[in-house]
Amino acid sequence: MALLDKHKTIEKNATLLLVGTLLVVSIGGLVQITPLFYLENTIEKVEGMRPYSPLELAGRNIYIREGCYTCHSQMIRPFRDEVERYGHYSLAAESMYDHPFQWGSKRTGPDLARVGNRYSNEWHVQHLVEPRSVVPESVMPSYAFLKETPLAVKTISYDLIANRRVGVPYSDEMIASADADIKAQADPNADTSGVLARYPKAKLGDFDGDPAALTEMDALVAYLQMLGTLVDFSTYDPATGYR
Amino acid sequence: MKYGNEIVLLALAAFAALLGAAFAQDSQFGAHMWVLFFALAGGATVLLRTGNYAPAAAAPADSSPYMDGPIRYGVIATVFWGVTGFLVGVVVAAQLAFPDLNIEPWLNFGRLRPLHTSAVVFAFGGNALIATSFYVVQRTSRARLFGGNLAWYVFWGYQLFIVMAATGYLLGITQSREYAEPEWYVDIFLTIVWVAYLAVFLGTILNRKEPHIYVANWFYLAFIITIAMLHVVNNLAVPASFLGSKSYSLFSGVQDALTQWWYGHNAVGFFLTAGFLGMMYYFVPKQVERPVYSYRLSIIHFWSLIFLYIWAGPHHLHYTALPDWAQTLGMVFSIMLWMPSWGGMINGLMTLSGAWDKIRTDPIVRMMVLAIAFYGMSTFEGPMMSIKAVNSLSHYTEWTIGHVHSGALGWNGMITFGAIYFLVPRLWGRERLYSLRLVTWHFWLATLGIVVYAAVMWVAGISQGLMWREYDEQGFLVYSFAESVAAMAPYYVVRTIGGLMYLAGALVMAWNVYMTIRGHQRQEEPMPTSAPALQPAQ
Repeated sequence: MALLDKHKTIEKNATLLLVGTLLVVSIGGLVQITPLFYLENTIEKVEGMRPYSPLELAGRNIYIREGCYTCHSQMIRPFRDEVERYGHYSLAAESMYDHPFQWGSKRTGPDLARVGNRYSNEWHVQHLVEPRSVVPESVMPSYAFLKETPLAVKTISYDLIANRRVGVPYSDEMIASADADIKAQADPNADTSGVLARYPKAKLGDFDGDPAALTEMDALVAYLQMLGTLVDFSTYDPATGYR
Repeated sequence: MKYGNEIVLLALAAFAALLGAAFAQDSQFGAHMWVLFFALAGGATVLLRTGNYAPAAAAPADSSPYMDGPIRYGVIATVFWGVTGFLVGVVVAAQLAFPDLNIEPWLNFGRLRPLHTSAVVFAFGGNALIATSFYVVQRTSRARLFGGNLAWYVFWGYQLFIVMAATGYLLGITQSREYAEPEWYVDIFLTIVWVAYLAVFLGTILNRKEPHIYVANWFYLAFIITIAMLHVVNNLAVPASFLGSKSYSLFSGVQDALTQWWYGHNAVGFFLTAGFLGMMYYFVPKQVERPVYSYRLSIIHFWSLIFLYIWAGPHHLHYTALPDWAQTLGMVFSIMLWMPSWGGMINGLMTLSGAWDKIRTDPIVRMMVLAIAFYGMSTFEGPMMSIKAVNSLSHYTEWTIGHVHSGALGWNGMITFGAIYFLVPRLWGRERLYSLRLVTWHFWLATLGIVVYAAVMWVAGISQGLMWREYDEQGFLVYSFAESVAAMAPYYVVRTIGGLMYLAGALVMAWNVYMTIRGHQRQEEPMPTSAPALQPAQ
């Protein structure tokens, strides 16, 4: 084949080989990924999505830190068994403020996309401290240390600012009140009207069973309890999500 | 003074790390900077103790045509990180079988699993790729490594990256992007090391005395530049603080997921496939002493493989919130990818034409052939699993884990072991390996380990997938999730045993390599028929 014989030119010229390779490996990514940022129907519009409250964000960071995504997905596929087991299939909009996404790739444990409101705070704390005391078949590690570890709150506003830089619509007011909000959300005696106004549907009150201390357990349970609860599916029209 | 600049730079960097620890915004970053301080200060101390204070001109000129120092270190590092990575793999496998083996917080499964994947892919695989690419590019270009001590910087810089990544995972520093977990500052450092690696490799090609660039180097070059592109784009993030470990990905949700799996699948495609194909195209012909089967096939193999691989990422996101058109595109290209993959397999296997008896007489050839066979098997299984209907069953299950391991243990592991057995006698100027019988032992331990592992994970994964979707005649789900977890228990135990066998094989290799380097030769019966004597080092 004459064409293959011309390959000599490329294999005698390192620069040509380099440029050719770079061009060839760029095409796929450009065609697949770039349109996602421009096509309007990548993410359907739904009611109810909002940025994470400071406490939920801190909890999410603990979820990431502990590698929960290595065993739990947060992406319900549109199959009968998954929808019956976990709830409505996941919408693109539900992870629109997730930097990074937490869809996961493995279900050693169950999907957590809609675990919010399914169990009590007490159940979550007990399950995280001693998983096999509530689910005998579980192979999950214990996370008892979260209950003893005070939550680092000092720099939470930095986290909100960094999120705003990557596109999450945190307002100046949200950033200014982040230090207060992170404490108020887990404090049963605090005035939480501000938290609720800024973060509708946020779960309030003590999460870890110790109202006196703000621990990493408070943050993680607050995060788990809001997962999948923001979009109201009684008013959701699947036609808007048709792609 | 020898190493004068290096010592000063290391000491300054160690001091900067100390400042980072002092002003850290979060405790993880502080701890991580202490690790960095001890690594850098230790490096400076070692250099101080080995440095001589005579004027630099006194150093004798190196007369050998090739620079093999970093390759020798790289081979030792490959063996060391291989054993470490397999050991951590056995530990995480055992944790799933016996959850009480989790030791919170540092040694919990969630922190150890990224340590295992990074240790085997980037520490074991990465060192193997860097060492072999330096070896191959010098021999096939008949030129010394470009850049002098830059190759040493690449080696040590890459080890520092591994140490920082590994300790970071244990401390809980992670971006949660699979196979790209290290945080922003470690990513930036790796980028610098990688650019230096590209400079050494490309510089050596540009200095070549052969008119043609050998096919193995096309694959190595494609691996280096594509990984650079993937690494930079996938790790785009905004740090919360320049003295803190946390950063937030530039992308969110759907876009973030596709960017991550564009990276993730091509970490497989270019790190674990293209780079290792470079190994295949050099070490298989050398060991069987036959030319590559088809020059034209290798041209088609190269261009079609690198073009098609990059499209396959969305098959990790079937039936998710990723738009359907992207999922379908990913599936179609994944199926097409089967063809170049098998083209490469055929090119590798048929290189044995006229020398098939060596499978019987040379355990190193046997290892390489098995590697290519596993390459063929997992590149058939992969496209099959990317079909949406199959994926609806296999996704999220242990089947995926089995698939990954048949590729990683079978293809990447075995071709690397073959290359190590080829390299060690040559690099250290030994007549032959310490023992070929031990290579046979390694071969069978590893092969049986893989077969046990993969078979068990198939059964486990398919059972899991079927249990999740099983309905009774009245239309109710039959199994709770917890029951599907309980059903995995025996498979998790047997899988651990498969992993232990593979680890045992690697320990046999480590012993064999150590004794060969020490210059020992085991007195043993020769292999069944007259095995051709190994070539002396070049």
